Amino acid sequence: MTADRPNLATAARRLMATLVVAAFPALLAAAPAMAATAPVATDCTPEASTACVAAIVMDEENNFVPDVGVTISGAEFEAQVTTTQEGPVSVEVPQVGTYTITLDEATVPDGLFPDPPEIDVTAQRGSTARGAITLGDQPAGAAPTAEPGETATGGAETPAAGEAGSEEATSGGFSLANAWQKFGLGIRLGLLLALASVGISLIYGTTGLSNFAHGEQFTLGAVLAFMGINMWGLPFWPAAILAVVICTATGFVQDVVLWKPLRQRSTRLTQLMIITIGLSITLQFTIQLLIGNGSERILNTNPTSMTIAGIRLSSWSWASMAVAVLAILFIGWFLTRTRIGRATRAVSDNPALASATGINPDKIVRIVWTMSTGFAGLAGLMYGLSVGTFSWNTGMQMLLLMFAAVTLGGLGTAFGALAGSMVIGVVVEMSPLIPGMPNDLRYATALAILILVLLLRPQGLLGRRERIG
Amino acid sequence: MEELSRILTQAAGELIAPTTAAYVLAAIGLNLHFGYTGLLNMGQAGFMLLGAYGFGISTIAGAPLWLALIVALVASILFALILGMPTLKLRGDYLAIVTIAAAEIVRMLGRSSGLAEWTGGQAGLRGNEFKDTFAALSPLPDGRTAIGPFEYLNNGSDSWWVRLVGWSLVALALVFVWLLTRSPWGRLLKGVREDEDAVRALGKNVYAIKMQALILGGVFGSLGGVLYVLPRAIQPDGMARSMTFFVWTVLLLGGAATLFGPVLGAMLFWAVFMLLRAGLREGMAGTLAPTQVENIGGLVVGLALMLLVIFRPQGILGNKKELAFDAR
Repeated sequence: MTADRPNLATAARRLMATLVVAAFPALLAAAPAMAATAPVATDCTPEASTACVAAIVMDEENNFVPDVGVTISGAEFEAQVTTTQEGPVSVEVPQVGTYTITLDEATVPDGLFPDPPEIDVTAQRGSTARGAITLGDQPAGAAPTAEPGETATGGAETPAAGEAGSEEATSGGFSLANAWQKFGLGIRLGLLLALASVGISLIYGTTGLSNFAHGEQFTLGAVLAFMGINMWGLPFWPAAILAVVICTATGFVQDVVLWKPLRQRSTRLTQLMIITIGLSITLQFTIQLLIGNGSERILNTNPTSMTIAGIRLSSWSWASMAVAVLAILFIGWFLTRTRIGRATRAVSDNPALASATGINPDKIVRIVWTMSTGFAGLAGLMYGLSVGTFSWNTGMQMLLLMFAAVTLGGLGTAFGALAGSMVIGVVVEMSPLIPGMPNDLRYATALAILILVLLLRPQGLLGRRERIG
Repeated sequence: MEELSRILTQAAGELIAPTTAAYVLAAIGLNLHFGYTGLLNMGQAGFMLLGAYGFGISTIAGAPLWLALIVALVASILFALILGMPTLKLRGDYLAIVTIAAAEIVRMLGRSSGLAEWTGGQAGLRGNEFKDTFAALSPLPDGRTAIGPFEYLNNGSDSWWVRLVGWSLVALALVFVWLLTRSPWGRLLKGVREDEDAVRALGKNVYAIKMQALILGGVFGSLGGVLYVLPRAIQPDGMARSMTFFVWTVLLLGGAATLFGPVLGAMLFWAVFMLLRAGLREGMAGTLAPTQVENIGGLVVGLALMLLVIFRPQGILGNKKELAFDAR
């Protein structure tokens, strides 16, 4: 091993030397740089003599929310603009000073609340003063974001009034009530996550495959319900039931046309894993084709909120949590008390031994695929209902949490996935309580847990040692 | 007829585009990971984005070109170490899970409002904020040059200068990988891919070999990322999961574990991808919006990747017998 190192080192040195040599003549030439025109998302470009104010309206996932009316007003000036999906909308303002950005309540999607309701920014010449307003499903709570000014001439920071607000929210973040509320959000996320990740775990357990397309299966539930209600004009319940039924059918069809033939060709696992990636891209772009690239809402009615045990959530959230608990109890009953469930666990433990006792692994795997996509779709549907908005990449972000959850619980163990999901859900939602932790980075804590688990206890909480090596 | 020739010229232009060269570099890196060593890196876009940010942010902070490039490379080396340490001793899919998650987290960090001061948040970093040191190096005179059907500016964003540097880097990378895979170290990589235990039995440190391969491939990914953003802005959302999967498609199309697989794969991928999208744009001009055309393009890539892996996993140039194609 050590004998090889000089080879690598000389090769690397040669590469660096080539780069330096290539750079040298150009240092002498020093051709004047051509100003490149880059696409700028704003329509006001700050120059030395102009000042711009930009309004940013985002949802909780930091996606731009289109079609919201924004009023930018200040001394002897008022402009009304409409947000777009592409980025901040900015206007040129006549003079420096304080401008207030407010949202037109009528254009804010129902059930979402601007946070903060209005924001003051200070416009300066040669820079864009940005004010960001987040639309959340809670009237108050999430820390408002104020982006520092994008300065064209000097290093002058543009203080936005929202920043003071964010400090207030941060210090308010330590209150017990806030922590308890976040804990409630965590339980909600954990339950929905559990419903989705039990499928990943079962598929892994019975076939050894990590299914990278499971995130899109999650989104599909919300997408189909959204389409049923908003495009086909169905009432809520038929649309929701149809969505879950179609999601369940996708798993069955996938096993019939794809996974079973591949199993019979005894395709290697790595190949299968790359095929799930191809499937994931295909589904992702199909979803984008169906619903577009923005955030959508399944229901456009205003949800009522309910306070139970000091936790204030929308009634859809409470209903979803109840359904998730019932579904998880059903899965537990199915796996431990029914013949097919016990057979599933037997195949998970040892496929060869299981088939020797008369279990047909193919049949079990088909049931597992069908069940997994069905529950993932149900979880996605309830996520869309209780969080309020969803977009084409919701499932992709959930997939990270699902993987963290099943790894924490132990890959391939169904009950481990449930336990892991609850831990990940609570930790992710409570992580913004850490001082200085931005709300939009809360999913990053799941990665930190994932890496720690792999370093300290790679088999997870409930896993067995021999699975990992 | 005129339309057809324009579409064909556009598609042919992709053969030498800087983006294609950037994908070649990223796919060469992935080839070191997956093709030669058997590592399942599902986060190559994370390496690319880190390289782009490392280069862009340090240039904006005033670093000269060589320093900015070193920052980009060091960023990817650290990233590889963080990802490799917990996973390389475990079975292959743990690396896949951690890399796909980490690449997504890099993108989230990039677009987070908390770091917007450095990364520009969701809007990203505009090209002319970080391009000057690179553009200033160009020895070419100003103006336009036409070679055959291709006509570009000599200097600037989408220029001959970027193409020249990009494809020179590709040539250097190919020579480097060729020398590397002929060396004893290169044979060790293949040994790890084929039978990890056998290599271990020979007294080699498999963990260290995998780590070196992960770092080296990540460095190529990071270089590819720098090259990718030179003709455009650094947009975190433009370098997300689909980019990783496109790099995979490029590699598997050309043929994993082959020297020229990444080059052939990237050229073919981008030319056909452009042909498809330009054809759809022209042919369905009234019925499809531009974003829909992009989505259909991506959908076809997904299907192509699935069919490729099912029916021809060795790609165009690969050797089915050589490629064991299994995770470690």
